[in-house]
Amino acid sequence: MKKLLSFILFFLVGSTLYAGGYRVSIQGQKQLAMGHTGVAVISSAESVFFNPASMSFLDGKMNVSIGASAIFGNTRFENKEFGIAEETDNPLGTPFNIYATYKANDWLSFGLAAYTPFGSSVEWENDWAGSHLVNNIDLKAIFIQPTIALKISDQLSIGGGPIYANGSVKFNKNLSRSLTDTDGNRTNVTVEEKGISAWGYTIGVMIKPTEKLNIGFNYRSKIIMKVEGGSADFQNVPDDFFNPATGAQVNLSDGTFDAELPMPAETTIGLSYEFCDKFLFAFDYNFAQWSEYEALTVVFDNDAGTSVSPRNYKDSETFRFGLQYKAHKKFTVRTGIYFDESPVQDGYFAPETPRNDSVGYTAGLSFNVNDKLSIDASFLYLHFDEIDNSYDHYQENGKNVSFEGVYKSSVIAPGLGLSYKL
Amino acid sequence: MKNIKYIAIMALGLVACEPELDNSVEDAGFYSSGNADLSRFVSVGNSLTAGYADGTLYIAGQNNSFPNILAGQFAKAGGGLFTQPLMNDNVGGLLLNGTVSDLASNRVVLAESEFGIIGPASIEGTPSTEISNRLSGSFNNMGVPSVKSYEVAEAGFGALINVNTFTAPAYYSRFASSDTSSILDDATAQDPTFFTFWIGSNDVLLYALNGGDGADQLGNPVTSTYGENDITDPTVFADSYTAALSAMTAGGAKGIVCNLPSVTDIPYFTTVPYAPLDPTNPAFGPMIPTLNATFAQLNGAFAFLGVPERSIVFSTTGPSAVVIKDESLTDISASLTAVLAGGGLDIATATLFGQLYGQARQSNANDMLVLPSSTVIGQVNTDAVAYFMSLGLPQADAGQLAINGVTYPLEDKWVLIPMEQALVANAQASYNATISALAAADDNIAFVDMQLFLNQLNNGGISYDAGAVTSTYASGGGFSLDGVHPTARGYSLIANIMIDEINSSFNATIPKVNPGYYPTVYID
Repeated sequence: MKKLLSFILFFLVGSTLYAGGYRVSIQGQKQLAMGHTGVAVISSAESVFFNPASMSFLDGKMNVSIGASAIFGNTRFENKEFGIAEETDNPLGTPFNIYATYKANDWLSFGLAAYTPFGSSVEWENDWAGSHLVNNIDLKAIFIQPTIALKISDQLSIGGGPIYANGSVKFNKNLSRSLTDTDGNRTNVTVEEKGISAWGYTIGVMIKPTEKLNIGFNYRSKIIMKVEGGSADFQNVPDDFFNPATGAQVNLSDGTFDAELPMPAETTIGLSYEFCDKFLFAFDYNFAQWSEYEALTVVFDNDAGTSVSPRNYKDSETFRFGLQYKAHKKFTVRTGIYFDESPVQDGYFAPETPRNDSVGYTAGLSFNVNDKLSIDASFLYLHFDEIDNSYDHYQENGKNVSFEGVYKSSVIAPGLGLSYKL
Repeated sequence: MKNIKYIAIMALGLVACEPELDNSVEDAGFYSSGNADLSRFVSVGNSLTAGYADGTLYIAGQNNSFPNILAGQFAKAGGGLFTQPLMNDNVGGLLLNGTVSDLASNRVVLAESEFGIIGPASIEGTPSTEISNRLSGSFNNMGVPSVKSYEVAEAGFGALINVNTFTAPAYYSRFASSDTSSILDDATAQDPTFFTFWIGSNDVLLYALNGGDGADQLGNPVTSTYGENDITDPTVFADSYTAALSAMTAGGAKGIVCNLPSVTDIPYFTTVPYAPLDPTNPAFGPMIPTLNATFAQLNGAFAFLGVPERSIVFSTTGPSAVVIKDESLTDISASLTAVLAGGGLDIATATLFGQLYGQARQSNANDMLVLPSSTVIGQVNTDAVAYFMSLGLPQADAGQLAINGVTYPLEDKWVLIPMEQALVANAQASYNATISALAAADDNIAFVDMQLFLNQLNNGGISYDAGAVTSTYASGGGFSLDGVHPTARGYSLIANIMIDEINSSFNATIPKVNPGYYPTVYID
């Protein structure tokens, strides 16, 4: 027990890659094992995230779930024309979640959640072939969500709550494909900001038309992470830099930057159905409004000016299927599959978020230590096909210069959690 | 025991996590060297092979030498390690026994002067590359700046004792295997399986770079009598080149030879216009009426002597040509003095004018002003001032007669006149005929046409994904600030041409590089 706790605490610093864009869909070990379904599943405190309304129908006065996963994910890039082969050396991603619910009376429940639904940590080798787009990025966000649920009838409940988001970003790239100082060191910039905060909300509805069928709905609002006056650190700038064409001085001294990064709204509807006593089937449909993310615009306070990198994301859908089987009073096993559509469009495939469509295969089991405590293990294998794509909106000499190649990502994420019921 | 199982599962997971492509560029055989063996690649040549740029060798430049770029791509098709005799810094220049040597100079960068004028300037810093500090080991890049065809096989070329007189040995001395070795010995000792051999430019270029201030050694086989800026006799070239190339192929190696680009087509000769004097320049414009009045007298004498084409007139409305000394003209100093004196000019002045303008004329479109002339044109020639004052002229008058290209004819070294251009062109054509004939006679030798390459740079440029690389000085991207050697981007284009040639001649599939990733001129 102690060991497990320390394991989880060790990973409490969360940052990750993988799930449409920089969304990381690992918000509970039980539900992840079922293909990360859950909007219509009434099982544990993980519901605070998946559908706040379902807190009303949980067994027990109090429920607590904690968990974390370790994401081992890397991406390979190859370009056959020039014989380029590169691979990320991403740090371990560690999304975590802590959920607690408390039933005040028959119709009123409270919940509290802390989780990491967005993040991205991609580390290419410095000065690699795509270094004019990104050398490395580390994006983290922790959401804290106090929640309330009202049971309107035995067939209907609603719930929701505000979300406080706190995030950080660190991003490094080279200023161009060829600019260096006189020693040949590539000119680059690191933008960094910590403690970025923003607010959003979540609402959910749970309907139980029959004893065995649940229908759930959840809407999570968009949250825009705004940076004002973050630090911009320019390295290896020529000593006395000027535009050779015009002779104008170019000031690239360290300064500040402003930027915005949207965390899009996500709507989920789904159902769950119990059959043959021991089986539970669940289906979730996610709709993420990624079209919010039109461009990564960074405004520097020096002559680097405003850098606009078009992203042109599209809204994306995810279809999730999960199955649970209560094999034994000590064991519950779960499995699932999901089809995750990437919001990245052709020609906008940037190596900072090298995401194409993926299929997630999940499995897991709970070991019931006793009536109150269970240990939940999950495993995710995210499969990506090879994709030949490009980012065509980087400009040099006023010309769009394409960065093209074959990408192949591979992700596995084993996770462990604890659920406690009183 | 249980723990071991977990560790095994984790390890499996980590292995499964390595993304792999079905058909990876790193798979053996993805790229092929065809029937060439790239395992031991050696490059023999001059500064162009060494990675010289911006007037010197420096580490960042050497890293982008075309042989190093080639070796990087060769490595994807079975190529081996490639070593270069790197300089000690990015300043350039050389030290000889702790003293800065005048055989090499600091690197040129683009800088803004205190007056806000942008132009090439010597980078600050003291050279730290000591010639006498010989590097150990052998080097795949055997490029030696300034070396000529007949010096490649010269035994003992790198002995320190040779360093004081010629530039080439200074560089070779740093990495020669011994005081008795030749560049060719050190190259062939590495038992190369593949080579590039690009030599001969200096046999004519050094003459041209110095405005033809050397001798044409046509017909003279005794190279020990040659000066550094002379043109090598084509027979000497052919013999040396043939012998050196057969030494390179003796072990069965395949390789590339390159012909010589037309040396007078480089920005060093094409940047400074023949008529650079601008009447709107406040230092020059107001002088024009006085100048024209003075030269009217002289022009009368030219007309009288039957050489009215030598007349000197400056335009008040458009750019004017500079006054140059053309050694191919008949020297009419004596008669000029006589005519001027006869016209009433005092004998001292008439004598001086005779001396100054006996072979003078204004430049025309056929003359080539060398790049460094831009820094002297319109400036007072202090040597001339001293000379005039020694003749008894007051300092003010001496100064007025000593303005380079205006009153003081530009000396030979600043101008490549048509006669000199013809010598250069003839020698070069002869060298190139030797090179292409040798290449055509041997299937193991692929031929790269560098003359064509330079023509392309001069005519619209060579396109890459963000534009075109041209030969335009400083801004074209192809030539470094010395106006003679390519930039890193220029070298990358050369590497690409060579890869194309290797692929077609030896049935290989070596990938090229993207020139957009290579720097051009450096800004300080």
